[in-house]
Amino acid sequence: MSYTVRKFDALIVGAGGAGLRAAIQLSEAGFKTAVLTKVFPTRSHTVAAQGGVAASLGNSEEDNWHWHMYDTVKGGDWLSDQDSVEFMCRKANEAVIELEHYGMPFDRIENGRIYQRPFGGHMSNFGEKPVRRSCAAADRTGHAMLHALYQRNIKVNTQFFVEWQALDLLRDAEGEVLGVTAMDMETSEVVAFHAKATIFATGGAGRVYYSSTNAFINTGDGLGMAARAGIPLEDMEFWQFHPTGIAGAGVLITEGVRGEGGILRNADGERFMERYAPNAKDLASRDVVSRSMLTEINEGRGAGPYKDYVYLDLTHLDPQMIMKRLPSVHEIGVQFAGVDCLKEYLPVVPTCHYQMGGIPTNRFGQVVIPQGNNLEVPVPGFYAAGECACASVHGANRLGTNSLLDLLVFGKSAGEMAVEYIRDTVKTHKPLPQDAIDRSLARLDRLNNQKDGSNVHETRLVMQRTLQKHAGVFRFNNLLKEGVGLIHEVAETVAHTEIRDKSKVFNTARLEALELDNLIEVAKATMVSAEARKESRGAHMRDDAEDCPEHPNGRDDANWLKHTLWFRDENRLQYKPVQMKPLTVDSVELKTRSY
Amino acid sequence: MDEERGARIGRLKWHCRRALLELDLIFERFWERHGDDLDTQGEAALTRLLELEDHDLWALMSGKEVTDDPQLMGMIERLREV
Repeated sequence: MSYTVRKFDALIVGAGGAGLRAAIQLSEAGFKTAVLTKVFPTRSHTVAAQGGVAASLGNSEEDNWHWHMYDTVKGGDWLSDQDSVEFMCRKANEAVIELEHYGMPFDRIENGRIYQRPFGGHMSNFGEKPVRRSCAAADRTGHAMLHALYQRNIKVNTQFFVEWQALDLLRDAEGEVLGVTAMDMETSEVVAFHAKATIFATGGAGRVYYSSTNAFINTGDGLGMAARAGIPLEDMEFWQFHPTGIAGAGVLITEGVRGEGGILRNADGERFMERYAPNAKDLASRDVVSRSMLTEINEGRGAGPYKDYVYLDLTHLDPQMIMKRLPSVHEIGVQFAGVDCLKEYLPVVPTCHYQMGGIPTNRFGQVVIPQGNNLEVPVPGFYAAGECACASVHGANRLGTNSLLDLLVFGKSAGEMAVEYIRDTVKTHKPLPQDAIDRSLARLDRLNNQKDGSNVHETRLVMQRTLQKHAGVFRFNNLLKEGVGLIHEVAETVAHTEIRDKSKVFNTARLEALELDNLIEVAKATMVSAEARKESRGAHMRDDAEDCPEHPNGRDDANWLKHTLWFRDENRLQYKPVQMKPLTVDSVELKTRSY
Repeated sequence: MDEERGARIGRLKWHCRRALLELDLIFERFWERHGDDLDTQGEAALTRLLELEDHDLWALMSGKEVTDDPQLMGMIERLREV
């Protein structure tokens, strides 16, 4: 059938930090560049990033990229590709200074240089003592960054398609990427965006968990599209969790609450941390607290109708102190738990925060997949950057402030590679296959005509609860095994979702169903990859990975120092080695991670 | 709901997809409770609020900031209702 085709040199899907940074590179090179985004660019989730962006500027004390590299590899529990990490850490200063030139209002010190604050895991002299490495703009770093990047894009004539939902990746018979299909929310028209180079910068998929700090837009659209088009997803078992999010809502309760005397209790009111960490109790490290909370829940001592959360008790603390030092905690309790924390317990649960895995790329932002003996063959015309991509710099666990750095460095890198590809290799548009948009139309037809199908909201909840219980912050062998079967049952239900509203203008029911199609791919990838990895490493912690001299912290380098690749169509896993060799320096040698 | 209003409400609902989870949750609760009885004045007030930056919007929702604009005050009160 006939359909509208819009042609661009370059197409970027997603207008958060990574997408906007990539677009600048292409527009500045004079290429006709389109950015597709489902929400207005400055409402992308990058806005939520507060901590800052890491760069070893050394403005307040001595620092260098090599120390930053060491911290990143150690933080990632040695699953990071060290060539990518060196690349990122070496590029950090340039990335921050560029941003400053785009008008980013960084905080400053008296001599006019950018102010830098310390941040967890960032150290000087290879892990010796904390260092000031994070560059911030008050507590609105992500917000200020997006504005600076967006303004720059306006200046260089990037064309924005706002409120468009990307549907499917377009690949031809040779596997080359030729753009995407997308739906205009205003009319529901499906259009083929035909491009010489396509960059995915669609963000993470944190909404895949029941308890998530992520905004509703984080539905892993790029990951779903990539997986459906035959691209594997890498290291999807690694998700960063925060111990205390409001149960059912996900809003973070700062760890400062426990510092001020907050106590964790189970359904019986018992202060359970006394059993797990007799000395540190509620002030034990994040992973110990999360693990203890999960053990309580899994052994039936959770609270609530599903026995799936524990309590954070502040009722014994001085109300004036709470209102003075923790006013936002009180407000969050009232707004999102319906609880006055001065009088009642807050319901809390370990909460998903960041996705370490994603679409596999090399350090240039090129999407790379296995072909024969070569495990990293670039897919022509396809790039990815930011949280949707796995470069892999964060390895098994991300350091704070490295996410904003990741999107700046790899956003630019993907943009540069796309410029080169358009200029030197592809030159003209390869023809679109005749049936380019059929797959997307078939998905929409199925949704519009589904009878006696499943409810989108309920199905999403089942998926989220399944992942939370079976592949949460702390993982139990029997639950992992059971979860694999359960998530495939949920996937069957997702294939039969039904919407009652068939309207064409801003049909949010349809959009949510399409988002669920993407989330479920992430859920399957996570569940299957997590079940298969028989060790503990970084954010992937299993109860049956014994902490012993051969495997400190349960990490098994002899068998599991490798990246997972999950392929959707055969639901199969393949592994590839971790790149232990950096670009110019010696490898960060394996050792036990401890702080 | 007539088609024209349906389209307006659909657009407003989508514009309630924000960068911050806190705002998403507040708007989700609002639509569950008030989606059916939102009048044109309410639509206008909500439209104005949705034009704000997310951090400014959250400052109003969390009570850190206040406004003396009567049209916005009424809507903020409804959004903050627990």
